[in-house]
Order: sequence, then structure tokens, then C-alpha cells
Amino acid sequence: MTEAVKPLSLNVPEPGCRPGDTPDFSDFEIPRAGAVAQPDVDVDPDDIRDLAFSIVRVLNKEGDAVGDWAGSLSVDELRAGLRHMLTLRTFDARMQNAQRQGKTSFYMQHLGEEAVSCAFARALQPGDMNFPTYRQAGLLIASEYPMLTMMNQIYSNAEDPLAGRQLPIMYSSKEHGFFSISGNLGTQFVQSVGWAMASAISGDTKIATGWIGDGSTAESDFHAAMVFASTYKAPVVLNIVNNQWAISTFQGIARGGVGTFAARGHGFGIASLRVDGNDYLAVHAVAKWAAKRAREGHGPTLIEHVTYRAGGHSTSDDPSAYRSKSEAAAWPLGDPIERLKQHLIKIGEWSEDRHAQAEVEILDGVISVQKEAEAIGTLAGGKAPSPRDMFEGVYETMPPHLIRQRQEAGF
Amino acid sequence: MAQMTMIEAIREAHDVAMEADERVVVFGEDVGFFGGVFRCTAGLQEKYGKSRCFDAPINESGIVGTAIGMAAFGLKPVIEIQFADYVYPAYDQIVSEAARLRHRSNGDFTCPIVIRMPTGGGIFGGQTHSQSPEAIFTHVSGLKVVIPSNPRDAKGLLLAAIEDPDPVIFLEPKRLYNGPFDGHHNKPIESWKKHPQGEVPEGKQIVPLGKAHIQKEGSDVTVLAYGTMVYVAEAAAAETGVDAEVIDLRTLMPLDLDTIVDSVKKTGRCVVVHEATRTSGFGAELMSLVQEACFYHLEAPMVRVTGWDTPYPHAQEWEYFPGPVRVGEALRKVMED
Ligand SMILES: Cc1ncc(C[n+]2csc(CCOP(=O)(O)OP(=O)(O)O)c2C)c(N)n1
Repeated sequence: MTEAVKPLSLNVPEPGCRPGDTPDFSDFEIPRAGAVAQPDVDVDPDDIRDLAFSIVRVLNKEGDAVGDWAGSLSVDELRAGLRHMLTLRTFDARMQNAQRQGKTSFYMQHLGEEAVSCAFARALQPGDMNFPTYRQAGLLIASEYPMLTMMNQIYSNAEDPLAGRQLPIMYSSKEHGFFSISGNLGTQFVQSVGWAMASAISGDTKIATGWIGDGSTAESDFHAAMVFASTYKAPVVLNIVNNQWAISTFQGIARGGVGTFAARGHGFGIASLRVDGNDYLAVHAVAKWAAKRAREGHGPTLIEHVTYRAGGHSTSDDPSAYRSKSEAAAWPLGDPIERLKQHLIKIGEWSEDRHAQAEVEILDGVISVQKEAEAIGTLAGGKAPSPRDMFEGVYETMPPHLIRQRQEAGF
Repeated sequence: MAQMTMIEAIREAHDVAMEADERVVVFGEDVGFFGGVFRCTAGLQEKYGKSRCFDAPINESGIVGTAIGMAAFGLKPVIEIQFADYVYPAYDQIVSEAARLRHRSNGDFTCPIVIRMPTGGGIFGGQTHSQSPEAIFTHVSGLKVVIPSNPRDAKGLLLAAIEDPDPVIFLEPKRLYNGPFDGHHNKPIESWKKHPQGEVPEGKQIVPLGKAHIQKEGSDVTVLAYGTMVYVAEAAAAETGVDAEVIDLRTLMPLDLDTIVDSVKKTGRCVVVHEATRTSGFGAELMSLVQEACFYHLEAPMVRVTGWDTPYPHAQEWEYFPGPVRVGEALRKVMED
């Protein structure tokens, strides 16, 4: 006998706020800074299950650094961190503008997310390998990668280390622990696990980090990475940058209605925690903890960086079409640069004047590098890589058919 | 008839199909509220509701896999892969599942899905926003492969694809979305300027799958092209003065061999143009078919003009894909032989 039942209907999650609405983050639970205790690095993942539902925070509203996770950085390191974030923000603004002027085809900025990659970079050691997405240029800036080289890549000019082959911002530098970026989302997450497994197989001491956005956690490769990381206890730190949006799609479409992204680690027995991604000190402390855990052989950590993408997805995107214009300002975790600045002022190690002066200096510095890069060339003109370069490096040795095609092409 | 761009025409095809048949559902990354990053599905969610047009998680294998399940239930999913370059994670679902379902279940289950994706280069998209994967899909038994070159065909072919009882790969040349587009380049193709929009009939006007279109009649040489390359071929003919017959194939699988063979028998010469990489590209198939059917009518060896066998470069794209100069050289060559 069939029972009479109501017709089914499809659940399609919706964000709380669309253009024209007033942003409301009152449902978003934010623990007090200092409220989450720091476990030992050899903790059993099972014993810190609650950390996947809380948020590690160090800087409080008053600008004090409080709790167990405070104190991972010296004052000089904090000032360097501020400088890195300011540099990244300035660099972004100049390159965004250069795209508008037709000097490059495309750009992706980090506005509001600067702390994540800048602070994380400072918790790693030379030789470690990041498998980044397109939104972690801070890993390069904070590890002193030459900015001129970054710009040359963006401009696809004759000094572009990737010879014009790659989309702008898809940097690659083995020396600086920056694995070549793929435009295909999620693919590198599982590769970071493989790199870490290789380090373990080889009895090396280096660790890997994987990076993925909230939207891209839906990709099958995310789950593949977790299976391998957990099975082989790979020395890897797996980072999810939850900046709330995947182009026009809010994070609930990838996450579903319950749980957190970090909580996905639980099913795999991976130590999983969430961190205030707009708190430079908290990101650094958590990164340092997870890196130590990996390096000492206690296995992988999954970190969800809770942040907000204040800018457009890319230069091809206009976020006002799908989200409220005032949402970024209403974001309750504030601006990472402003928060670190306030902290340094509060402890008497910085001032508004020094900040204003630093901003001018950094802008001057970025402009002078930009002039140098533009003197070489931009996508719009100047010295370009040779079209011959597109035939090089497909294989180690150019096979006969490519030699023929190169000649046919006239290069 | 209304003037519209290819994007508008594609949007209207969705609208007509969804209006006529409530089994048609549309989903993919960003296609719901926002209407897709190219805006091809804009307004559909508002008009037809969230359970008929919705955003999908970023998981191409999941998008195709769920579409297959929906088709098995009796729906007609039209799904968008944000860029053709991102279809590879869904490859297994398309090739091993969608393409074979009818055959392996002896018709018990079928798979009337349409998989739409922007394809091709010319917008400075680099390696992951520029590829032309048509040959990968024409190689798979059980799939149909469609690629329109103008707004009228985009609408009519998409409507035909949605009505089709089998899985259809629908490739949309993104350089034609807003009218033939010269990217950020200072090297526009003059003849393109004629086609920023096109006349598109209202309502349910179907352009049948499997029928090529003679874009330009001619008697010297047959040029086989599709998508953006139709305009490149026209421009090359205009610039060289060679009286080329330009055929827009429109559907690669099934292919309109009769139109091709009639033309080559008439002209005695054949040039094949595509922007995908050369080796094992669809041009190889076309040349085999023409050779099999027209060998004794050929007055010169056939020539193909294609992209090179390299990953798609960001900065050198104008040197990568065929332009009127390269196609013009091929036209002259077959005329000299
Ligand atoms: C396999 C694949 N599918 C789709 C895309 C198109 N795409 C590029 S970025 C993006 C959104 C990613 O969002 P998220 O992972 O949250 O990272 P965010 O951009 O917010 O930093 C999409 C869908 C892609 N690059 N790769």
C-alpha cells in the first residue's frame, strides 16, 4: 500500500542579503578574542572537534592581543606584517588600474583578505611548498619575491618568467615555494598532499600547504585531498579561504545548510579549526601551530580562514549585481590592515603619522617598480616575449612536428 | 524578427524551451540569481523559479552526474559548464555515462541533456579560458556536438538540442557572444564588424542538428569551418580574392557530409580551418572523409589551418589561432597546386 504524502520540493540555499537589502550578520557567531584555547600540537583530532565550529581570534575590539594564541610574533615582525599587507593592497590597486588602462588583460585582487596569505607565509620555512590559488599573492610578497618579476608576469612582457604563456597573476616560483597556479579550481589541493607524502617518503623535513576557496571545496579534488591526507597522515596544512563568495554564488551553495567548512575534516579524522582570517596575529599563530604539527609528524590540519572578499571576484566581475553594496562595510571581522594598525598603535609601536608615511613610501616604491616594468613592456606594447616561446617547453626536447609547426608559424 | 547578440539569442532559446516544457531545468555555476558569468541565463530564475533555474556547487562532475540522474527521472536538464576548459572533471560522467546510457540499457534509460559551454580563444583567457575541445567529444560514440556561429543559429540549434533525445555538447564560441570580438587586440578583422548582432526569428524556430550552412557560395575552393573560424575564412576569401565556398558546419556530430561532398566535387579543392590544436583535431576527420568521398575530384592536396600543438598561450594568442593571413596563405597554396 502506498501512503499519501505531500509533494517534494527542492531546497536551493539563498544568501541572507541581495542587492538592495540591508546586510545582517547577526546570525554569524563570533567568539570573543582569546576565547579558544590553544591545544598541544600532538593533540588527537577527536579532542578538538569543537574548534571546527568556533573561531580562533587574538585581536579584540580594543586592539589588544589576548589569549593562548597571542605572542607568536615580535613587534618587528608585526610591523613587517603591516608593511606586507599594505604593499599587497597598494600593488593590487595599481595592477587593477593597469588592467583598466589596457596594460594587462586581467587581474584579481585580495582586498580584505590580505592577512591570510601574508601572515601564513611568515609561519613557513624556506623549502616548504605552497600550492596556492590565484588569491594568495601575499605568500610571494611576504617572502620577498621580487615585485618587478610579479609585474613582468602580469604584463606578459619580455621579462615575464613564464614567457607570456600564463594568465596574469598565475605566478610560479619553485625557489619561493610557490607551485605554478592552475586556473582549474581545486586541482592543486590534492597535489599538495602528494608533495607532502613525497617529503615523508623521502625522509625530508619539508612540509606542504594546500589552498582552496570556499566555493571550490565542492570540487571532487577537495575530497580526494582529504582522503589521501588522512590515510597517509601527510605533513600538509590544508587551507580553505572562506571569503563568503564564489563569484556570484554565496558560500552556502558549497557548504549546504549545516556545519562549517572546517567540520568536513572530521569525517576524515583530520585536526580541523577555524580562524579569524582578518586577524593577522590569529592567522599567524594557527599557521605556526599547524606547520609545527605537520613537521613533527602529527599529520594534516585543515584550516578554514573566515574572511570576506571585499573587492570584485576579478576585473571581469561587478559584485554589485549580486550582493549588497554595503555588505563589505558591514562585515563583522573588520579590515585586516586597520586591525593590525590599531594593535600596533595600542601597544605604542606605531602611530597614525607613521602609518600615513608608510603608505606614501610603499606607494612610491610600487610606482617606481611599475615604471621599471612598464619600461620593459606591457600587454599593450613594448618588448614582448617571442611567439617562438609558445613552442618551447611543451616537452623537454621539441619533437619534430612542433619544430615544423614553429617554422610554419614563421618563428 | 529581432536583432540580438548571441548571448541574447541563447537566453531566448532557454526561455522558449522552459516556457513550452516544464521538464526543462537549467543549472550550473552562477547561472541562477546572477544569470551566468556571460549572462546567458539572466532572468530565468526570476521567471521560472529556483527549482527550475539554480546555482550549482562548483563541481562539474556533480553537475553532469546529477543532470544524468534528472534525465533518467524524466527531466530535460540544460546545464552550463562555466568555460569549456572546466569540462574535464566531468569527462567521465559525459563519456562513460551520458554517452552510453541509451546503448547499454537498450533504451531503458536515455539521457536527453544539453551541456553548454563557452569555447575558443581570442579574449586573452590564457590556458584555462580558451580551449576548443570539440574533437574530444566527437570521438565519443553517443554524443552530438554542436557549435553555432551566429545568433540565429545559436537560438535555433539550442532549441533543437533541447528537443533532442540524446546528450548534446553545445559549444558557444565566446568571441562571438557579443558580436565577433577582437579581444583587446588592435588587429580586428574588418568583415566581422558586419555581424555584431543578427536577425533572430521569434518563438520556436528550430535549426535542425546535422545540417551545414553555406555561408558564402564560391567556385574555386571549399573552406570547411565552424564557430569563429567562419568569419576568418570569409575575411581570408575577401582579402585574397579567391572565390571560396565557405561552409559553416554548425553540427560536427552528426556531420552534414552531403553538403561537404557536393561542394568539394564542385570546387575540386578543400581547406579546413579550426582553432583547436592540430594533431588529432576535427580537421583530421574532415580531411579523411573528404579524401574517402572526393579523391578523384580533388585537383590539389587539401590543406588544414589550425591552432598549434601547444597549450593555449596568453600573450601570443594572435599568433596561435588561425587568422585571415594564415587562411589566405592556404587558399593561395591550394589554388597554385
Ligand atoms: C574547474 C573549474 N570550474 C570553474 C571555474 C570558474 N571559476 C573561476 S573562479 C570561480 C569561483 C571560485 O570561488 P572560491 O573557490 O570561493 O574562491 P574565491 O574566488 O572566492 O577566492 C569559478 C567558478 C574554474 N576556474 N575551474
